[in-house]
Amino acid sequence: MAKALTQTELSQVFLDRIYGLPEGEKVKLCLQCGTCSGSCPTSAYMDYTPREIIASLRAGMLDRVLKSNTMWMCTSCYSCTVRCPAGIRFTDVMYELKRLAIAYHLHSRFARAPALSRAFMSVVGRYGRSAEAELMVRLNLATNPLELLRLAPMGVKLLARGRMPILPERIEGRESLRRMLAWVEANDDAHAAQEVV
Amino acid sequence: MSQYAYYPGCSITVNNRAYDTSTRAVCQSLGIDLVELKDWNCCGATAYMAVRELAAFVLSARNLALTEQQGQQEMLTVCNACYMNLNKTNRYMAEEPKLREQIGAALAAGGASYSGSVKVRHLLDVLVNEVGCEAIQARATRKLEGLKVACYYGCQLSRPYPTFDDAEQPSTMDRLLEAVGATAVPYPMKAKCCGGMVMSTSEEVALKLVKGLLQCALDSGADIIATACPLCQVNLEGYQGRVSARFGSKLNIPVVYFTQLVGLALGLTRQQVDLGRELVSADRALAAYV
Amino acid sequence: MAEPGNNGKLAPAGARIGVYVCHCGTNISQTVDVAAVAAFAASQPGVVIAREYKYMCSDPGQELIKNDVAEFELNRVVVASCSPLMHEPTFRRACAEAGLNPFLFQMANIREHCSWVHTDKTAATQKAMRLVEAAIRRVVENEPLESRQVPVTAAALVVGGGIAGIEAALEMADAGKKVYLVEKEPSIGGHMAQFDKTFPTLDCAACILTPKMVAVGQHPNIELMTYSQVEAVSGYVGNFKVLVRQRARSVNSELCNGCGLCQEKCPSRVPSEFEAGLGVRKAIYTPFPQAVPRTPVIDRDNCRYFLTGKCQVCKKLCPREAVDFEQQDQLREIEVGAIVVATGYQVFDASRTKQYGYGELDNVLSSLEFERLCHAGGPTGGEILLKNGQKPESVAILHCIGSRDSNYNQHCSRVCCMYSLKFAHLVREKTGARVYELYIDMRAFGKGYEEFYQRLLHEDVIFIRGKAAEVSNVAETEAERGKLIVKCEDTLLGVVRRLPVDMVILSVGLEPQSDAREVARIFSIGCNSAGFFTEKHPKLAPVSTPTDGIFIAGACQGPKDIPDSVAQGGAAAAQALSLIDRGQVVLEPNVSVIDEERCAGCKICISLCPYQAISFDEARRVSRVEEALCKGCGTCAAACPSGAAKQRGFDDRQIMAEIEGALAEVVALT
Repeated sequence: MAKALTQTELSQVFLDRIYGLPEGEKVKLCLQCGTCSGSCPTSAYMDYTPREIIASLRAGMLDRVLKSNTMWMCTSCYSCTVRCPAGIRFTDVMYELKRLAIAYHLHSRFARAPALSRAFMSVVGRYGRSAEAELMVRLNLATNPLELLRLAPMGVKLLARGRMPILPERIEGRESLRRMLAWVEANDDAHAAQEVV
Repeated sequence: MSQYAYYPGCSITVNNRAYDTSTRAVCQSLGIDLVELKDWNCCGATAYMAVRELAAFVLSARNLALTEQQGQQEMLTVCNACYMNLNKTNRYMAEEPKLREQIGAALAAGGASYSGSVKVRHLLDVLVNEVGCEAIQARATRKLEGLKVACYYGCQLSRPYPTFDDAEQPSTMDRLLEAVGATAVPYPMKAKCCGGMVMSTSEEVALKLVKGLLQCALDSGADIIATACPLCQVNLEGYQGRVSARFGSKLNIPVVYFTQLVGLALGLTRQQVDLGRELVSADRALAAYV
Repeated sequence: MAEPGNNGKLAPAGARIGVYVCHCGTNISQTVDVAAVAAFAASQPGVVIAREYKYMCSDPGQELIKNDVAEFELNRVVVASCSPLMHEPTFRRACAEAGLNPFLFQMANIREHCSWVHTDKTAATQKAMRLVEAAIRRVVENEPLESRQVPVTAAALVVGGGIAGIEAALEMADAGKKVYLVEKEPSIGGHMAQFDKTFPTLDCAACILTPKMVAVGQHPNIELMTYSQVEAVSGYVGNFKVLVRQRARSVNSELCNGCGLCQEKCPSRVPSEFEAGLGVRKAIYTPFPQAVPRTPVIDRDNCRYFLTGKCQVCKKLCPREAVDFEQQDQLREIEVGAIVVATGYQVFDASRTKQYGYGELDNVLSSLEFERLCHAGGPTGGEILLKNGQKPESVAILHCIGSRDSNYNQHCSRVCCMYSLKFAHLVREKTGARVYELYIDMRAFGKGYEEFYQRLLHEDVIFIRGKAAEVSNVAETEAERGKLIVKCEDTLLGVVRRLPVDMVILSVGLEPQSDAREVARIFSIGCNSAGFFTEKHPKLAPVSTPTDGIFIAGACQGPKDIPDSVAQGGAAAAQALSLIDRGQVVLEPNVSVIDEERCAGCKICISLCPYQAISFDEARRVSRVEEALCKGCGTCAAACPSGAAKQRGFDDRQIMAEIEGALAEVVALT
């Protein structure tokens, strides 16, 4: 379905979704001053800076945005949000881009960040809480199994200090949580049109 | 005695028990009544919001609903990310009618509801603004004289909601630790990012950030780094070997939770504040205070 | 006695009404059947003559009215045409010239309220008839009113002795008028006195300002009150009474000859406001050597004598025995006809935006501080030096600090791009240092400004388009050690950059003075959301205010450079002079009047009046309207529980007549 729209059209879809976020319309006020990029701790490692992402969307060049590693480098530090002179909640924009990229499957299959998020969603959805060990296993199996070997020593150290439980903690209200999340899946129009992750 | 619904968060109970243990010990010592929120669930951290927006809010809101249901008005968190997520959920529900409606419907599907009445507080806020530095100073029987601490706040404690501390130059932890006799060294990178979950996805980049933080702490003359977030603690502590190897510099400094230091100052034992689980041992730095 | 009219209604006794329905070219006639409306009007009781005409506001149109008034002995006139805002004065004048009281005239707006907003001709014509009948019934109830004239006091007050205030004062004084110039600092000169060079000519600010300051000090028509503030203003246009507090200088100006001996030995050291905190002054001081007047003041909050009772060195040293510790503040009431408020601006406090290290890191300066550094009379004798006394080898100038920022001030401060360019030039000239200029847009809007920008391009200034995100002292490489690191995105390149520099200049924005809202209240003028004083019209009336007789000039109205401040000073002076030279002020008679018999003394009207025009007569226990202040808004008349307050020309009787006329025939519109 994503292939049916042109790049320009899809750029507009993404922009409209961003305008729909709380205070998302403020993106229209972006003066391209670059404060976000200058504040971002990882912008120097991004293919396109945060500011360039907005410029690219406005120019209909979605391709750049999605092929880039930009969203996946975002640590949610909120420095951009706090300093933006236009009052743009840029971190929320980054989240929306992450969600859209995942929903439209528009990223590398081996990209770690989407895989981590999917794994997280799966674990929390089932247990109600995060389970570090299972999370790391799932993430690395999906992206780079050899990584597990590399992480093993730290895992052992943590285990030795009683900081790495193997078994996940489960909440009692799992069923109730499941129903809540099911309601969202059934009724959330934000993801109605896309394939389920 | 002030009472709070205590929300530990996944990171505390899973691999950072020291924060939970020391928090409970310090609160007990200061007369803060913590009632752990029954059957709390994950707040969503930063990873969930990257896949789902509404579901992430619902996940977070369930905890707020539980707090209300269990008759509490204030929730106390210790992890920065939990604090930020729960606060964000509260605010967005108050500001966005449609979101409020949807979250309400989702909660109802699971037999819960939330009216928006819960206040979410960070432990640091409660200690400094409710109990007060003077009161804590008066109770500090074992002052941490001579201990040079770099107070590391991380990001989400004061961003994007600088409710109890400044977004650029927070100072509550500095004041608290100074009140118990330690020297909070001027630490310019105190509120800069540790990389968060990017350490798991793009380690190279996160290591660079951690290197900067460690280097700055050492340059500032710190003996030890105090943190307020379990993910920050793991990132700063757990990768020091890798940072040193990668960047060819010896960057080793113990990283503990501020509650462990406050606990020691209040006269608690090493065991009571759960020292000893660090990957980079704090024994030498804290020898004079245990 | 009443006579039955055509449609059975009673004709008002003695009313002889002329009705004129205007085509307004085709503006009205295109949509409204003007002939039908005129015919309708003719059929109304009391209407003696009803005409239609192409352009009622034209000379022949007005002649029609005048001739008919004479020929038909009309005692009421209705014109159905455009908005009263357009031509009510025109037709009133025509009536007056014909010998009819101008308030026995009523206008029906069948253009803006009818033909311009409807397309259905039938409905529009019927509506026009309703409006005309309303006007006819109303005008019968109108009473003759007289405009009052009050004389104008031939003196003016200028508040604020910066360049705008100085210009206004000199213009009015040169025109022969008495001018009071009140300035809260010990000397006039304002911020301009702090500047070194001015853009784009690089004129020395002091060289062009001090002659004007001296002229003010010496002008026979200007009474200069410095170290003084306006405490209260009462009265109305042409007749203001102003209470001025002249603060005690603790020095007798009559005796003092400005020798300066007193300041030499004063033991106190206080951060100098004039030096933007970079230098010190004494407790007894003149703010700068070229101060006008030269008489020093004693800052009693920091004076040893006033704090501890000891010292008195200045008094002992003064050869003229001019130091007077017993001096008290003086309260003076002055009477003026016009007031020009020119209270200027303050700069944005950069410590509010913590990411630039202002106040924490060495060598991060605000623009005003840097100005003092460049100034020959400043703390470094005009040398651009770092805290350690050395010359910088690299300087970064950061635009838009505290401006164009929803976190602080939304507005653009207009002058910062230009003064930033000026700084770049001065740094290059005085130190040869590398200069980075970090901007979002380059606003070089004035005469010679773009050319000045080009000059800087020639001078090898490095322009980077990108707002600086932060300034830090944490080095990542050896080259960065000991430097200030400016982090930004070079947006033209799309690259994040770290610039290691020795000095950072923050181009802070202009804000209203911190007490602007208080000052606005005193003068009954308004402020916009940023706090700048509100002009009467942003395009067409930038120096007058909705409060007649009070004018504004300079940066208090909005950020602006020196030429614009001077221009506004002159403009305000011209308007004030016009008022004073007219000698009289005509007051609209549609004011409120309170029937003392009915007034219960509840004071509800007083608290509601937006113009503070009602006062309470304690002796008689009734409220009284000060007619000259009353703007005829009608609030008191509406609120008065006993019906004691009424508005002339807007009586209940008159309004009800108008309503009855409008609803006389309720027509179904399909």
